[in-house]
Amino acid sequence: MEVIVTIERRKSPVESSYIETFRVDLPDSANVIMILMEIRKKPINIKGEKVSPVAFECSCLEEVCGACTMNINGRARQACSTLLRDLGGKINLAPLRKFPVIRDLIVDRRKIFDALKRVKAWIPIDGTYGMGPGPKVPEKVQRIGYKLARCMSCGICMEACPQVNDRSNFIGPAVIAQTYLFNLHPTGAMIEEDRLETLLEDGGIGECGNAQNCVKVCPKGVPLTYALGKLNRDTLIYSIKRLLDT
Amino acid sequence: MSCEIIIIGGGLAGLSATISACEKNLKVKLFSVLPVKRSHSVCAQGGINASVNSKGEGDSPYIHFYETIYGGDFLANQPPVKAMCENAPNIIYLLDRMGVMFNRTPEGFLDFRRFGGTKYHRTAFAGATTGQQILYALDEQVRRFEANGLVEKYEGWEFLRAVIDNKGVCRGIIAGNINNLDINYFPADAVIIATGGIGMIFGKSTNSYICNGSAQSVLYQQGVKYANGEFIQVHPTAIAGLDKLRLISESVRGEGGRIWTYKDGKKWYFLEEKYPSYGNLVPRDIASREIFKVCVEMGLGIDGKNQVYLDVTHIDRKTLEYKLGGVLEIYQKFTGEDPYSKPMKVFPAVHYTMGGLWVDFKQMTNIPGLFAVGECEYQYHGANRLGANSLLSCIHAGLSVGDNVLNYISSLSERCEDIPLKIFESEKSLVVSKFEQYKRLNGAENPYLLHQELGEIMTENVTVVRYNERVLATINKIKEIRERLNNVNILDSSDFGNQTLFFVNQLYNMIELALVIAKGAYLRNESRGSHYKPEYPHRDDQNFLKTTIALYDKEEPVITYEDVDLSILKPVERKYQ
Ligand SMILES: Cc1cc2nc3c(=O)[nH]c(=O)nc-3n(C[C@H](O)[C@H](O)[C@H](O)COP(=O)(O)OP(=O)(O)OC[C@H]3O[C@@H](n4cnc5c(N)ncnc54)[C@H](O)[C@@H]3O)c2cc1C
Ligand code: FES
Repeated sequence: MEVIVTIERRKSPVESSYIETFRVDLPDSANVIMILMEIRKKPINIKGEKVSPVAFECSCLEEVCGACTMNINGRARQACSTLLRDLGGKINLAPLRKFPVIRDLIVDRRKIFDALKRVKAWIPIDGTYGMGPGPKVPEKVQRIGYKLARCMSCGICMEACPQVNDRSNFIGPAVIAQTYLFNLHPTGAMIEEDRLETLLEDGGIGECGNAQNCVKVCPKGVPLTYALGKLNRDTLIYSIKRLLDT
Repeated sequence: MSCEIIIIGGGLAGLSATISACEKNLKVKLFSVLPVKRSHSVCAQGGINASVNSKGEGDSPYIHFYETIYGGDFLANQPPVKAMCENAPNIIYLLDRMGVMFNRTPEGFLDFRRFGGTKYHRTAFAGATTGQQILYALDEQVRRFEANGLVEKYEGWEFLRAVIDNKGVCRGIIAGNINNLDINYFPADAVIIATGGIGMIFGKSTNSYICNGSAQSVLYQQGVKYANGEFIQVHPTAIAGLDKLRLISESVRGEGGRIWTYKDGKKWYFLEEKYPSYGNLVPRDIASREIFKVCVEMGLGIDGKNQVYLDVTHIDRKTLEYKLGGVLEIYQKFTGEDPYSKPMKVFPAVHYTMGGLWVDFKQMTNIPGLFAVGECEYQYHGANRLGANSLLSCIHAGLSVGDNVLNYISSLSERCEDIPLKIFESEKSLVVSKFEQYKRLNGAENPYLLHQELGEIMTENVTVVRYNERVLATINKIKEIRERLNNVNILDSSDFGNQTLFFVNQLYNMIELALVIAKGAYLRNESRGSHYKPEYPHRDDQNFLKTTIALYDKEEPVITYEDVDLSILKPVERKYQ
């Protein structure tokens, strides 16, 4: 099928954006990444001008790494798993809005990883030497933990969240859900209070406006609002306890 | 100038290496083209092997060792494989302690599933996204060290060259920032390469888009030995795609999935018929050849195309969702068909390289100070890798390398701060001028199309079935592509985020490695593991129970052979009937 692709481009972080349109011909089973790959093979825009290939990020090509996330027809999604047959003949591509653009469709999502550091999103093990099996985990806990652990830090939930914006430093739903994951684990729970403390700080769970957009857009079905709800309760209990302790 | 160690790559191998180095209090600079959390290891679906014998089947690390060597057609050096299998249960326990959400039995213990080349339930798994789950756990541990100041990440930096001093010792690297194109040198007392697979050399494969082997190739061109390059694993079950051949994990067969096609109007379970005791779980090389034969030689593919059925429709939906949800989701998403009610259509695809940078038992290459771990090295899988052994080999090698690096550094009489800066400067200017030269390329060829051509001829002639005449023609064709590369157009004049610039560099490197693969295949006149030549259908231990070693030469690789360490198990004929 023939598609007309309009792309919001930018040469570098300091330059302003511009729009460029291409015409490509691909089977309808192709994904959006294929469009960008076709453009590289023939970097000529719809006016027939030679242009530079469109810069984009991708790796796994099967929606497990999160690299290729961008706005497609106004909705943030993974380009590798968005197929032409679901889009129609006119396609709009733009970079994510909530992150600084590097070039064309590439954005800098470092702030997600920084936030993971802030909430201590890890299990504090003693070391890697042999210590025998880990704590037994009930199948029930594994099922919910696994769902949370599939978060690939793609940023879609932040893109959809009204509370993530220029005026706030909200760490966003994904990172908060990871906090819950680590509090769920028997060893992870040993530093639960550190994490709750962080969530009570500026940019933490208090910023959540309960719009619930995040859970609707998450490509991996991570139970974001479930985790947010649980942590709302946990941080509340913790802050009362903290109050009583002092 | 501070002397730290440098690790290139943040997949399972690179992250494990980082953790083991940090535990030895070594400071690490960790380089990766993408944020490490997006490394290719996230694609691994099926699981990771360890003989924990939790199902009372009598499994043991020794049996695991035996099956790994046997499955690899005796081409792997035996002592390191044995050490890996012995360490495997520890690794699973460690990952469990790190919080990997492995599937559980009803009693809350780790669950294990079956994989190819064994009859034991030996594979621990986290749904069907095991690699992702393990990578995240390691990433989290590394983030902890990063917060403590032991790790400094260089994400968005590409390794471009090793700095090797005039005594032949590795002293650091040259790397380039893929965004602002800054090219710089980074001194170190040791460098660990963990750059993963090379699927891009075949154009389309099950690998991630960033698995191009460029780093390995650069090192090979700098004098590092490249071993067993011709051993490329073709996985029997992938879905065709325009951009990628997406894997349908072996775990699908481990959980009871069956392969069949129609013959004389009836369902024909050809693997079960020919290999009654292993059935659908014969090793990958064998399954791929059988599917290839059924489709290409007998013309019995489904709908007359190169595809057979992989069928799970007889398994109940709940079990499928819990154990294989992630894989079946991929199938559904990309084909639009429902694998729960309709058999999946699959065909073999390039998947894994058993070959890689030559290393000794301490993971060090022939260049002192330069180590390699993970899929980029050759040590653990012989002529064919068993499913779920790769994640294991990555982590095992990564976790053990910290010690070796520390010992190596303690033995150094000259530390990297003693090395004159001009060595680094001159290596850097070599790379800088090469990139300047790329920027001036304004010929007629498109580099991406040229890459497509390379991938097509490699897939056509150097995968499941190899004929000498065609492999030879391929070698000549690769050389022609190498010539034509000098006539490409760089397409992009920007000094920011110029992806074509880096791609052209990678393409040069992919071509050199393609020659290693093809020439190794051409000269190995036998059939062993994944390497199959109809003209030489049998294994020839007399002449070829040897590790292939490729050394760089401008025209084409120089191939020699090295003995295999057979100190524990005696080679026997490999059969799975
Ligand atoms: C679809 C699929 C499923 C699989 N399933 C399984 C399974 O179930 N079980 C199993 O055991 N194995 C499986 N494998 C194999 C296994 O996933 C890989 O062999 C393994 O993940 C490789 O890990 P690694 O750490 O060596 O490399 P990778 O995970 O590929 O990491 C390489 C790293 O190097 C970086 N890098 C690469 N080049 C450069 C450069 N020039 N400069 C800087 N950084 C660079 C990358 O950014 C990345 O961080 C599977 C493979 C595929 C393709
Ligand atoms: S490329 Fe990994 S999610 Fe799309």
